[in-house]
Amino acid sequence: MLSLELLFIPLLASLLLLFANEKAAKPLALLFSIVEAIFTIYAYQVFQQNGSEAFEFQMPWVNKPQINLHFGIDGISLLMVVLTNLLIPFIILSGFQRTTKRVATFYALLSFMHFALLGVFMALDGFVYYIFWELALIPIYFMAFNWGDENSAKVTLKFFIYTLAGSLLMLFGFIYLYMGTPNHSLDWSILSTQHTCSCNQTWLFWLFFIAFAIKIPIIPFHTWQPDTYQSAPTQGTMLLSGIMLKMGTYSLLRWLLPIFPAGMHEWQPVVITLSVIGIVYASVIAIMQRDLKKLFAYSSIAHVGLIAAGTFTLSFEGMQGALVQMLAHGINVVGLFFCADIILNRKGSLQLHQLGCIRIQSPWFAAFFLVIVLGAIALPLTNGFVGEFMLLYSLFKYNMWLGAVAGTTIILGAVYMLKMYQEVMLGDQVEQSEPMEGLHWNEKVVLIGIVALIFILGIFPSIVTNLTQPAVNQLLKLI
Amino acid sequence: MNNTMNLLTMITPAMMIPIFPLLGFLILSLFGKKLGLMSGWIASMAILGSFLCSINLFIGLEGDQQLNFSIFNWINSGDLQIEFGFLIDQLSLIMLLVVTGIGFLIHLYSIGYMHHDEGFTRFFSYLNLFVFFMLLLVMGNNYAVMFIGWEGVGLCSYLLIGFWFKNPDYNNAAKKAFIMNRIGDLGFLIGIFALIFHFGTLDFIDVQNQLTGFESNAPILVFITLMLFIGATGKSAQLPLYTWLPDAMAGPTPVSALIHAATMVTAGIYMICRSNLLFALAPYTLHIILIVGVATSLFAAIIGIKQNDIKKVLAYSTVSQLGLMFAAIGLGAFESSLFHVMTHAFFKALLFLGAGSVIHAMGGEQDIRKMGGLSKSIKITFVTFLIATLAISGIFPFAGFFSKDEILAKAFEHNLLAWALLSISSMITAFYMFRLLFLVFYGQFRGTEQQAKHLHESPISMTFPLMVLAILSAFGGFFGLPAVFDSTHQLNVFLAPIFNASKLVTTEVHALSHSQEWMLMGIATFAALMSIFFAFSLYIKKQQLPENDADLTGFSKIVANKFYVDEFYHKVFVNPIMIISDLLLVLVDKLIIDMVVNLTAIIVDALGRLYRLIQTGSTGFYLIAMVLSMVIVMFIQIIL
Repeated sequence: MLSLELLFIPLLASLLLLFANEKAAKPLALLFSIVEAIFTIYAYQVFQQNGSEAFEFQMPWVNKPQINLHFGIDGISLLMVVLTNLLIPFIILSGFQRTTKRVATFYALLSFMHFALLGVFMALDGFVYYIFWELALIPIYFMAFNWGDENSAKVTLKFFIYTLAGSLLMLFGFIYLYMGTPNHSLDWSILSTQHTCSCNQTWLFWLFFIAFAIKIPIIPFHTWQPDTYQSAPTQGTMLLSGIMLKMGTYSLLRWLLPIFPAGMHEWQPVVITLSVIGIVYASVIAIMQRDLKKLFAYSSIAHVGLIAAGTFTLSFEGMQGALVQMLAHGINVVGLFFCADIILNRKGSLQLHQLGCIRIQSPWFAAFFLVIVLGAIALPLTNGFVGEFMLLYSLFKYNMWLGAVAGTTIILGAVYMLKMYQEVMLGDQVEQSEPMEGLHWNEKVVLIGIVALIFILGIFPSIVTNLTQPAVNQLLKLI
Repeated sequence: MNNTMNLLTMITPAMMIPIFPLLGFLILSLFGKKLGLMSGWIASMAILGSFLCSINLFIGLEGDQQLNFSIFNWINSGDLQIEFGFLIDQLSLIMLLVVTGIGFLIHLYSIGYMHHDEGFTRFFSYLNLFVFFMLLLVMGNNYAVMFIGWEGVGLCSYLLIGFWFKNPDYNNAAKKAFIMNRIGDLGFLIGIFALIFHFGTLDFIDVQNQLTGFESNAPILVFITLMLFIGATGKSAQLPLYTWLPDAMAGPTPVSALIHAATMVTAGIYMICRSNLLFALAPYTLHIILIVGVATSLFAAIIGIKQNDIKKVLAYSTVSQLGLMFAAIGLGAFESSLFHVMTHAFFKALLFLGAGSVIHAMGGEQDIRKMGGLSKSIKITFVTFLIATLAISGIFPFAGFFSKDEILAKAFEHNLLAWALLSISSMITAFYMFRLLFLVFYGQFRGTEQQAKHLHESPISMTFPLMVLAILSAFGGFFGLPAVFDSTHQLNVFLAPIFNASKLVTTEVHALSHSQEWMLMGIATFAALMSIFFAFSLYIKKQQLPENDADLTGFSKIVANKFYVDEFYHKVFVNPIMIISDLLLVLVDKLIIDMVVNLTAIIVDALGRLYRLIQTGSTGFYLIAMVLSMVIVMFIQIIL
């Protein structure tokens, strides 16, 4: 039942926000997200003591086709719920200084997105999962479309159709599976135990994989992403990169692997190679990016490529590393985009060559930004290191050469991030540059929170690995 | 029982060693603004605290006792079971004393040196952070904790090289140092992965215990050691990853002394000594290390001849001396290389601090062509600098003589070619060091009049460290007297528990006879004196000055331009990757991949337009179409 309550709070928030007046919208959204976050702590406690039982909810919904409203949680799901509920308050808070048009609608959409994301992470029936998967696309589409920059109409349409096309493949796959199961069901427990023959898995795998690969995105399904990240409003970009792409990496573990163990094995070399190429490819492109948001977008492709590669090693270290890195990447990428937003608000530009010398004007901001950058380039004792360490090890174990090629990410990451940091932050005061006003209280709260998380998870990563260990072991038994 | 009790009481001082500088860093970075000049003292006291704790441990641990404890479980997932723990044994003790002892002196020096800098507190907070990470590197009981320190000191090096971040050249130097270190670190990381994969652990002691079953030159050991060595070449500035170190001189001079001479750059040697049994079982790797070490030592020494920036000369000399240490490792003489790490820390820190004092007196000037005759105006600096120069040149009885002589003797035992090349490199070292000394302190003053008026000796907080280091540089060699002096090599006795195991597997060459040792010392001393005399005749007698850069021709131009290695790297690595980056974006990403995506949309769109033509809305057309298609369907059925 706890899973329903977790879902209920953001849904209620989004409904209330629709009718809220413009002034109350932001505090109200923040309040609900904080309540949800506190409730998550409670849920975490319950899970630690009693396991997943308290979260189990199952109720018949539609008779024909047979659909059950089935929600539940294991360590992996809970991690994603924690990630979502941890980041959403930061994302809401990050917009407190900005004047947004139709602010109530914006936050209603954001809360609705929150609801849909949680649904994806907790649904255990294929149809219900699919509904939430698509539901999550709607609010982000409107947010990017209505509140984005001047290119947003074109860019957002491409993003929408691209991801929708992938989803339709998945829907087709689900229907095929539904017809194939003896008692016509899409319940996760049935799909993960009664496998379709490996001849079918060979091609069905791709229907699902492409849907996930677009969302993540894995090269070559990524071309929607840099433009969308650039033109969406920053809070939308944070949602997309921090949480929504985790729908894809999460689904690899929750759906793809349990349903198609044979397919996973068969296509493992292809996907790993593709992902490793993607890591290097995106890192190299990031070096010469002239726009801050686009640079972060390509760096994000490189990072999630490593997550996908590690997942597909089908090893304990790879999957645990993927989970650690999902949380770390979520935190870091939200931090990076937030820093970009702070700069944009003050300097009016994100073009590297128009920026510079911010460190002189705002040393504290420079320090926070540097820590987040260090997290992103995986310096030990930051959250980025542990995940990357585990993922690279799993790749090394799978194939030494692929591990070494993927390992260049620690060099290339340093190249593009330090180059960026130098161009944006360092140097002597330029006369015509806009003054950089100090950080506002909400910005300080978000930055301090993110920096604290970076260190806590870097020093005590076992918080995550202990949580997910039983679930990962469970998954490994399926293959 | 009593022993274990004794060890347990030492955990607290051991823990305090890294905690002091960490606290210093936190206090300084959080409350720095309010502290003002106090911050320098707070930072210095933090390091003094660590130093005292290290001495406490040094006294407390007897014989081959070691303190090995875990603090918490850092990573636990499948194969990866990594503790965050410390190991204090004789090897880490030596390093602890060097790092905290010299670290304290350099902190003290910096109070005077950085006095007028607006970033005074920031400087000390970085410096404390550096010492913290260096201590993690030295104290870690497994490769992962060492790697934390390893990357951490790299970060601090980045922050401190780019300390004056308003200058784009300095920022470039900082970035370059970090990235080149990262290239080495990838090798280190792969070595770590291979260690976990084959030994199931990263713990130094556990790995060492599992090595007994291995044959010499087992492929996996060669692979692991080579990877670890790649890591070492990055951090310790060896060929081909050395070019960051001369650029790193952009940082404030105390940073060059502490990080880029005495401590961080010797981390590679520490790491290999830490794994000495592993390396001793991989003679192939040792051979490569020997080649790289000798080549680096010679190559950097040659470049050093033609440098005119006081810090650049010292930087190349550091690269060259590090090459000498690696050559010692390549010869299997781990303890000799560590001995040289120690004496080098004394005299190279002193040289850099002395150079800082000179720069201070000259009002920021670093070009030795514009100095001269400073011996009269800055006496303490001059005398201490002279001692350090004698030490690095290997003149009896200064510290460098003993450690260098030990390495040369080992080279003579094992490999005559290596001995000859290292001897040449030492000769060159003596030459360019005295060239530096003569140009800076003798002859006429060649600076501006304003500078001449400004000339003054540095304050006591700066000269005191100089004097302490001068004493160490003068007498530090007596920790390791060679056999011919009929006394014990105290350092080797102390370090015996660390290197005993690897001694058993390295091929024993019969030791040199006393007469041979006397002869080698004689040759080395004679060579050094010859070089000094040569420098004397050029720069004192003939009063020559180095040419202007524009007048250089032929080989000396190539040397002065550092063999164009930086330019080569730029052409071959940096520029291509930037071009590839642009090409990938424009050609592959935009033109090919995105085109396919857009093409799909265009095709769908075109089909839509095409089919729209059929939807004319005229009933007659629909009827004809219907009849026609029925006829076609029937035809097909008949044919089939």
